[in-house]
Amino acid sequence: MIHGSRTRRLSAVTFAVALVTLAAGCSSSKKSTPAASTPAPAATSSSAPAATSAPAATSAPAATSAPAATSAPAVSAAPAGIKKGLVVYFIPKDTQNPYEVIADKGGAAALAELGGKVVVSSGTADTAAAQIPSIQAAIQAKADAIVIAGNDPSALCPSLAQAQAAGIKVVSFDSDVTCPSHLFINQANTEQIGTSEVDLLAKEINSTGQIAILSAAATATNQNAWIGYMKSQLAKYPNMKLVSTVYGNDDPATSLTVLQGLLSAYPNLAGIISPTTVGISTAAQYLDNHKSLLSKLTLTGLGLPSQMKTYVNDGTVKAFELWNPSDLGYLAGYAAAQAASGTDITTAGATFAAGKLNTYTVLPAANGTGPSVVLGPPTVFDKSNVNDFAF
Amino acid sequence: MSFDLATAPPRLDQAGSVRPSWRVLVRWETALVFIFVGALFFGASESPHFMTRTDVFFIGLNMGEIAIMALPLTLIVMTGEIDLSVAAMLGLSSTLLGYLYQNHWPIWLAMAAVLVIGAVGGAFNGFLVTKLGLPSIAVTIGTLALFRGIAEIVLGAKSVVNFPTKFTNIGVKPIPHTELSYSAGIFIVLAVVYGVVLHATPAGRSMIAIGLQSEAAFFAGIRVKRIKFVLYTLSGVVCAFAGILWTYRLSSSRYDNGLGLELDVVAIVLFGGVSIFGGRGSIFGVVIAVLVFGSLKEALTLMNISAQAQNIVTGGLLLISVILPNVADSLRRVRARAGLRA
Repeated sequence: MIHGSRTRRLSAVTFAVALVTLAAGCSSSKKSTPAASTPAPAATSSSAPAATSAPAATSAPAATSAPAATSAPAVSAAPAGIKKGLVVYFIPKDTQNPYEVIADKGGAAALAELGGKVVVSSGTADTAAAQIPSIQAAIQAKADAIVIAGNDPSALCPSLAQAQAAGIKVVSFDSDVTCPSHLFINQANTEQIGTSEVDLLAKEINSTGQIAILSAAATATNQNAWIGYMKSQLAKYPNMKLVSTVYGNDDPATSLTVLQGLLSAYPNLAGIISPTTVGISTAAQYLDNHKSLLSKLTLTGLGLPSQMKTYVNDGTVKAFELWNPSDLGYLAGYAAAQAASGTDITTAGATFAAGKLNTYTVLPAANGTGPSVVLGPPTVFDKSNVNDFAF
Repeated sequence: MSFDLATAPPRLDQAGSVRPSWRVLVRWETALVFIFVGALFFGASESPHFMTRTDVFFIGLNMGEIAIMALPLTLIVMTGEIDLSVAAMLGLSSTLLGYLYQNHWPIWLAMAAVLVIGAVGGAFNGFLVTKLGLPSIAVTIGTLALFRGIAEIVLGAKSVVNFPTKFTNIGVKPIPHTELSYSAGIFIVLAVVYGVVLHATPAGRSMIAIGLQSEAAFFAGIRVKRIKFVLYTLSGVVCAFAGILWTYRLSSSRYDNGLGLELDVVAIVLFGGVSIFGGRGSIFGVVIAVLVFGSLKEALTLMNISAQAQNIVTGGLLLISVILPNVADSLRRVRARAGLRA
């Protein structure tokens, strides 16, 4: 028994040591964070890569320090200017999604221009419950604003209402929430995305032949809205026929399976539109390995330049579209800073300045979406520009 | 063979009755208390917002359902079994509550129906484990997928919202005059009840006996199967109740509510010192484990440590709590052998 208890004590000590080591590991890795984050954005979204990757560099690198100043006289709607030292919490769907990481960096760049900082915080799973601790952290840190991409339209409302009650301004982007009184930053007009993809494909296949859609989940709201507009736009091209819509669930393996099924069911397929980054990159990889198909089949859709670069450069894919996620985050960052500085950004018709992106006018609430602004038309990427984008 | 009795701590005391080895429990829990104190100091030194009044409320809010589900699981693990379907049951219960409410059932009736479904689901687990004698880990992985699947069929990708405000207020308001969330308050009450049952009743002693030696317990006249069946049924009810709390807290009913929570629940039970092989553990240990988990997670969130890194801490704690007792056991055996040779 004596031996036993000694071993127990030993194990308890070992355990405590191990725990302390764990904790120390965390605290030491953290030690660098506040130091870096006081003047600049948090370490997770350090400003250095943002500066190099942001397509912003192409627009006006020299003017980065002065956009507020240059746009202020042009935009009289920006009343008192933007407060210094604002803290904006960016709460993406999760912290690993590459698309959201780029958007967060765009937001960090915006706040860096304005003398504030961005803290990126979220969970690892795409659930509302995983985002709530981040909202709570923003409340406790007395943040000035929250920019959130909601994993659930309504489940975040109680927490966001708490945040608003604590004086925190709320802006949503990428994926809207239904709570009242906030601005939604829409990445692109739904109709524009649907119609422009059909137009893009029509141009490449001479407006003739069987086409199919490789979508994400059958239940995805945004996908279905785009597909709806694609169908109505197809009415303008009588020689193009939509033969099938298949769903790859944003999973590469599933996307590949349904793509192969599609190709064997319709051997004369002339075009595929895949309005999802997972679908288009999977399809592009498949076509890259089966180049004989390329003589009659054209692929387009929504993709990330970083993933699609290889396939565009070797001719597998001629062109695809996407909005610029970095600009999306940048705009959200400006909107949040404006709101936190007292600018009205939730009344239809109100305008606010957004740095290098100029001025935005708030659109009235419609179709269940509250007040919103639209980032702009989607960008078309092809051989001429795909290498210029690092996201 | 006399060394076995002398050195390895016997699981039967002199009187011959089955009892938990209190000494061992006290050691582990003492360590846990120190860890908790350490976590408090750590959190307080890293963030000025740690353990403020609001923060206590937030911790209770975030941990409530997980903590509640850990209690019935503790008893199941004590008997040497496991229930991995807890979070799936939470999701199913949340979905059904939304579905019934959407179909204009009175809210109280819908809640009662959900609890009944919880009991049925739990009893189904119990039936497969006790009557058919299937391994509980396989059974409950199966029902994990089954419950979640049913939930997905019931609501699909839709979510039900707009529950009555008097219920959804549990997500934003603490119990009056305290900083405790309602779920934390319920957890405290349940923990007392479970603690009494496990440590101060014949039923609790039977569970420990089953965990130590199922066959011996059976021959000693303990109704092994019946006790396990009741524990699984109870687990279903409690998890369904946690699902109701979750639904109101997030004011949203979705099939993926609580996805993946079973890992947190199992981690807390094991970290609380409950032996995965059964027979050893205490409710007090699990309560402290809840406190350690809740405060560590909150401290890391306030420090804006990425969620991935937080998972490493959680996983690390889980591994340590499984490995250490085993290492200690083998060490003890080595020493016993050395002692014999000398």
